[in-house]
Amino acid sequence: MANLVIVEHDNNEVAAATLHAVTAAAQIGGDTDLLVAGENCGAAAEAAARIAGVRAVKVADDAKFAHGLAENLATLVVDIAGDYSHLLASATTFGKNVMPRAAALLDVAQISDIVEVKSDDTFVRPIYAGNALATVQSSDKIKAITVRTIKFEPAAAEGGSASVDAISGGSDTGLSSWVSQALSDNDQVDLTSAKIVISGGRGMQSGDNFEMLHKIAAKLGAAVGASRAAVDSGFVPNELQVGQTGKVIAPDLYIAVGISGAIQHLAGMKESKVIVAINNDSEAPIFQVADYGLVADLFEAVPELDAALG
Amino acid sequence: MKVLVCVKRVLDPQVKARVKADGSGVDLANVKMTMNPFCENALEEALRMREAGVVEEIIVASVGGGKTEETLRHGLAMGADRAIHVVTEDSLEPLAVAKVMKQVAEREGVGLVLTGKQAIDDDSNQTGQMLSALLGWSQATYCSKIQIDGEQATIVREVDAGLETIQVKMPAVMSADLRLNEPRYVKLPDVMKAKRKPMDKIELESLGIDTANRLTTLQVDEPEGRAAGIIVNSVAELVEKLRNEAKVI
Repeated sequence: MANLVIVEHDNNEVAAATLHAVTAAAQIGGDTDLLVAGENCGAAAEAAARIAGVRAVKVADDAKFAHGLAENLATLVVDIAGDYSHLLASATTFGKNVMPRAAALLDVAQISDIVEVKSDDTFVRPIYAGNALATVQSSDKIKAITVRTIKFEPAAAEGGSASVDAISGGSDTGLSSWVSQALSDNDQVDLTSAKIVISGGRGMQSGDNFEMLHKIAAKLGAAVGASRAAVDSGFVPNELQVGQTGKVIAPDLYIAVGISGAIQHLAGMKESKVIVAINNDSEAPIFQVADYGLVADLFEAVPELDAALG
Repeated sequence: MKVLVCVKRVLDPQVKARVKADGSGVDLANVKMTMNPFCENALEEALRMREAGVVEEIIVASVGGGKTEETLRHGLAMGADRAIHVVTEDSLEPLAVAKVMKQVAEREGVGLVLTGKQAIDDDSNQTGQMLSALLGWSQATYCSKIQIDGEQATIVREVDAGLETIQVKMPAVMSADLRLNEPRYVKLPDVMKAKRKPMDKIELESLGIDTANRLTTLQVDEPEGRAAGIIVNSVAELVEKLRNEAKVI
């Protein structure tokens, strides 16, 4: 039995999300190898080899794997999958894009978004926006899995000494090509790994009003998030969305401002350690999950909070 | 070009899912069901493509029991030209649905498949990618902008870090994200008109596809709730609690 974790990287560094998937692999048991596919990705492979608990890093350094496009990467995963009982990736837009494609080519099911490893074939995964937890057992020879990062501690990024083996394989399907990427400008704090997140909802009334949240975020070293309602209303871009179909996060402190607490929003943040809700509607469902609730007009409370933080 | 839009019937997003007391699943008896919101985005995009002259015919298809017809009728009322209902009372996994839709896409000779990025019931986020793999077509997931120019399409994708632009060769499978468009409301005359639009019924068994489940659901549990919190009376009290009680700032 051996696991292969598909590494998310930018050719230089390994994405933090991958470290959580490595932990899930360790809980499944057996040896864990990492796959680093990219173009000029040697530095990322070296970084991957330093992750604790890894047996070997398989490096496919080839132009056809640049930017991690799913069509080519999936063919590589299929080529080497025969050596493994489990394929894992973090449940990020990268992992969710490539893993189902590889699974289908292998004619196996994918187990999405696991939050717990029960045994080498049995896993727990949230369904219905986390309102239910399904325990599922896989009968496939190869288990293709994506890992919900917040439920697994990250593996240590340093301390390992895995071998680094160059591999070939995969095909250039020529189906898609990368053009450009526009990164979000979210105060330089990554929403998925931030210790503190302050999010705004429809109650913010405009994108400009999010500036109030950015000011507080800067003081707390926090990231700014948003509810789907705020994204739908065009206040902020979608990459800020916290919820069932946005990002699922679990910071130490989550401050929900002008967010009513729709089911699909709660799905993205209810694992947070401490939840604060500021809302003028005392009946808002967000107060049912909040550790500290403040029933107040956000346009008074938020500037006051800003001032109180000095 | 013909386009196939795959849609799914799901629990209405405004309804809270209730786990059955025996832990066998989520209770779907007598609850409101709707078309999965992301499938509506996919269909809306097809409609706009037809309005722009990129697409001639829109086929909306789904796999499921008798009531799936309601969801397909909704798709026809939104503006799809015809519907294909693959009939089964079994609950199929994404891989099996992808195999079914592959056959439908090939039989109909479509040049594009649109899906929602994720169904909000089992939250799998797989079917579009799997269908793309089985067809051997280009894959564009989480689309927030689609521009088709003949043999090629330029796609803006919603990724974790922001927006990614890619180019894909046609034919392709594309999955719709939230900001792709805002689905139109269905008006009563559209509902009436939809009743007369063609709906093909295909028995799943007649397709000869192995749709056996690979996963067995052993148990479905309700997640642990959070302990009740407190209401603070002022911002000053909130900051004091966060500093000295929760110790998070």
